[in-house]
Amino acid sequence: MNLRFPTILRIGIMALLVVFLLRPEWFEPIFRPLTQNNAPVIYNQGSLLTLTLLHLRTVAIATAGATIVAVALAILVTRPFGAEFLPLSRSLVNIGQTFPPVAVLALAVPAVGFGEKPTLIALFLYGLLPIFENSLTGLTTLPPTVTDAARGVGMTGWQRLIKVELPLAMPIILAGIRLSVTINLATATIGSTVAAKTLGEVIIAGLQSNNLSFVLQGGLIVGILAVMIYDGLSAIERFISRRMGLLQSS
Amino acid sequence: MRLDKLGVVIALIAGYAVGVAPFATFRANRIVAGVPQTLLASLPSWAGPTLLAIIAVAVVIGLFRTPPTLRLAASFATLAALFLLIGTAADHLTPPANTYARVSPASGFWLLLFAFALLAADSLTRLRLTPLLRILVLILAAGFIGFVLLSGSWDKLSILKEYSARADSFWAEASKHVTLALGSLVAAVVIGIPLGILCHRMQKLRDIVLNVLNIVQTIPSIALFGILIAPLGWIAANVPGAAEIGIKGIGMAPAFVALFLYSLLPVVANTVVGLAGVPVQANDAARGVGMTERQRLFKVEFPLAFPVILTGVRIVLVQNIGLATIAALIGGGGFGVFVFQGIGQTAMDLVLLGAVPTVLLAFAAAIILDAAVELSSPFHSGASA
Repeated sequence: MNLRFPTILRIGIMALLVVFLLRPEWFEPIFRPLTQNNAPVIYNQGSLLTLTLLHLRTVAIATAGATIVAVALAILVTRPFGAEFLPLSRSLVNIGQTFPPVAVLALAVPAVGFGEKPTLIALFLYGLLPIFENSLTGLTTLPPTVTDAARGVGMTGWQRLIKVELPLAMPIILAGIRLSVTINLATATIGSTVAAKTLGEVIIAGLQSNNLSFVLQGGLIVGILAVMIYDGLSAIERFISRRMGLLQSS
Repeated sequence: MRLDKLGVVIALIAGYAVGVAPFATFRANRIVAGVPQTLLASLPSWAGPTLLAIIAVAVVIGLFRTPPTLRLAASFATLAALFLLIGTAADHLTPPANTYARVSPASGFWLLLFAFALLAADSLTRLRLTPLLRILVLILAAGFIGFVLLSGSWDKLSILKEYSARADSFWAEASKHVTLALGSLVAAVVIGIPLGILCHRMQKLRDIVLNVLNIVQTIPSIALFGILIAPLGWIAANVPGAAEIGIKGIGMAPAFVALFLYSLLPVVANTVVGLAGVPVQANDAARGVGMTERQRLFKVEFPLAFPVILTGVRIVLVQNIGLATIAALIGGGGFGVFVFQGIGQTAMDLVLLGAVPTVLLAFAAAIILDAAVELSSPFHSGASA
């Protein structure tokens, strides 16, 4: 996937989002035609800014946890010690991706109760897979010449991992994290069906009161956040790949 | 004999599941808190020790480096025993003539299921079964589950009590779920493949189409479902004949359109990638023997790109089966109805009634389409060689 915006468009959209979160009432005339019978136009059961921050916090915690565990597991199964688990872990990634997020979310409720916890668990598990898959790809498709050279200059296994393998695999791992964040930003909205405080609350309130303006506000904020974060992480990846390219050629 | 590391993990999980975790939960009625029961307490006196013995043998087989076929047999035997005996536990724990009491599998049962499914998955991976054999294993497993369900030995389990209370609506929702997931896939293939071919031919169009579809993917599903209510409601009200063919603001129509929109990206993108991967020599040769553009597309490019396109179809189908659960939020039906009803009533067995078929459906779809992709790929490599 590639998604590139001119810088000016990026800044414009960002500014629009910030203004909307801080002063949603300024946008009332735009959303007015979407409501009927004098229903409230702007979400009024909580601050959009607070919900956005909580939404981002939930996704950030889940993704951070997923990144640490997924990368650690990928490192483990690509070392001689854990090599036995490599074929199995590939199948598990395949199987895991067939679990629908709603099912994971609903099944986490009896274990931990309603609220943010089941959402965190579902997002963590769902975010694990793309990162683990990409880390595996990154760590198993390194050019043999490079790893041989590292071994040749007498690096220990640990040094090879930290100085050669992880840096070379970094762009692919980052692509996995980016995918995971994008999926989780959207999936977190479903968390509101089990009473987590996310932007899904706005959408669900809209669905329940037949208020299209709410649905659109919630959806737009999440959509814009996802596109912007996706775009920002792609830029970081390109920057790192370019640096890796320079390092390799020098 | 040397120890198998996965076997050690399985032994630890099984040990915890048998020794510490409860095997089944007994509740006096549908929503009160449950009383956890150990494995031996949940099963009649003949069954408990039998199950323990089967588990012990399977754990020992898993613990050492044994042939994959033996490991597979051991894991399947244990899974079969678990499936059969959980029904017996329900019979055993439910007092006679009591119709309010509920028995559900508890964490110990789920952990045992997980542990031996892991062993089965590992042995199947090591056996490297051919695609057709994998489908055969799937059919046998489905047949076994069907047999257990029909035999009535699970009828006292809480999830099946939830089912029998709404058997009619279960099958109605099931058919809606499949219609949504498959129907939107068919629509996406019919529109997406020609669109992908056009995108392959025209660079400009490709950039626009793929960018728009990428952005669609970032819209959260519940929002997209909701946003589509308005335009479809407008169409139903203003386009003559639209309402008659079932287009409405709420219900299946917006869900169908939303799933269709999500499905387009993988289909179009994989068509483009597949066509771009067709070797230049193949195209040159086709032109050399005097094929027309149309012949070249249908006889050379399309067959060579087929496995990649099929991979896109696999992604879409698995994703759609999962996403169709959200349709319930806008009145579109599907298994999500039970999931969300269950969450609302804090009745977890009702959640399971919706979630388990969804997971099984997605899992089966993934296995069948993975096999199909693999079956179509040798042709690919043979033709391009």
